Amino acid sequence: MSLLVDLVLVALILMAAVWTVLVRDRRDAVIAFIVLGLLLSLVWMRLYAVDVALTEAAVGGGATGLVLLRACARLLPVEAEGRLPGPGTQIAAGLLSAIAAAGLAAVVLSPPVPYPSLAALAAENIHQVGLGNPVTAVLLAYRSLDTLLEKVVLVLAVIGVWALTPDAFWGGAPGSLKSKHASGALDLLARVLPPFGIVVGIYLVWNGADHPGGTFQGGTVLAAMWLLMMMADLADPPEIRLKRLRRLVVFGPAVFIAAGFAGIFMSGWFLSYPPDYAKPIIVAVEAALALSIAVILGLLVAGPAAEPPKR
Amino acid sequence: MSAPTLYGLCAAALVGIGLFGLILHPTPLRKVISFNLVGCGAFLFFGIAARRGAGAGFAGDPIPQALVITGIVVAFAATALAVALILRMLEAGASTVDAKPLPPDDLSP
Repeated sequence: MSLLVDLVLVALILMAAVWTVLVRDRRDAVIAFIVLGLLLSLVWMRLYAVDVALTEAAVGGGATGLVLLRACARLLPVEAEGRLPGPGTQIAAGLLSAIAAAGLAAVVLSPPVPYPSLAALAAENIHQVGLGNPVTAVLLAYRSLDTLLEKVVLVLAVIGVWALTPDAFWGGAPGSLKSKHASGALDLLARVLPPFGIVVGIYLVWNGADHPGGTFQGGTVLAAMWLLMMMADLADPPEIRLKRLRRLVVFGPAVFIAAGFAGIFMSGWFLSYPPDYAKPIIVAVEAALALSIAVILGLLVAGPAAEPPKR
Repeated sequence: MSAPTLYGLCAAALVGIGLFGLILHPTPLRKVISFNLVGCGAFLFFGIAARRGAGAGFAGDPIPQALVITGIVVAFAATALAVALILRMLEAGASTVDAKPLPPDDLSP
């Protein structure tokens, strides 16, 4: 019975993936990709990875889908649909892809015995960090350098997107996210949902120390609420020259780096925490990061400035 | 067949389908979408590794799970940057990837 659920999920995922690649219209491909992201978050639930399921649903399906849909709306009048390559190339590409997939499948079917796992090590040291959620412990304690660099990548992505602003618009606001057709449902949703969404977002950050949830999941929910208000025209995208906005973008990573250097004085190494204070430091860093992530995600979706700054 | 093995095969198929789309489509946005499919497949392999490495009271090895969360986030940032680049490229006058490159002067606004 349980395997039947898995089989149905896999069938749906493969259908969505094939549809994403083969459908003619660009917008249909994006919608199929969003469906795929939501199905994949169900798979993560089936694999008992609740933290990843939350991230996949919020980012893999939600935020990525929104970026791609916005691009579709702007591309339609400009980009000519290119011609597909001839049947020879298509068959060769199909063969190559099939060989790659078969090779990966062979790896899946012959796992090493015993399977390598760091779960025991993670469990052994978790009391030193004072956290109940092992994934958060890995993200913010064991492998905190990875997470720090990931946040730096996010800041760099914002800089990269802003750098594509045409000179005339530098410092101005990104293009409006408002939909062309007024929608009563969207308007109502954007007024009713944000108070709940903000509570859920903060809860996910706070709860992430001991239960599924965490900075990224909570930050994404906060970003979604901001984007929802921008789409319903209840809030405007901020001008990118605002000092306050830029401070919010770097606030989380700056707090993380400061905590890292404080670790040198408190316990001897960069990004190490003294055992007694580990949990409060981690929760404070998570809260600062969640705020920055919410702002960064909103800005990445909004894109480069598309109008001159107001005087 | 156990659930992780089944999803592992699904991940392999996702990588294959994404790779095919990446080669097939000439337009940059479709390439980005296909590349994200390859990414989804690669992330799913981490899920299999996590589930198979379950132990010490955890239903899954937390290390691959944490790595994949980082991966999903970086993939999103890269996608957002790629989409912004595509839009800017088209504003600057290139119609597809095959279009002749413009002289550098024409790319400035």
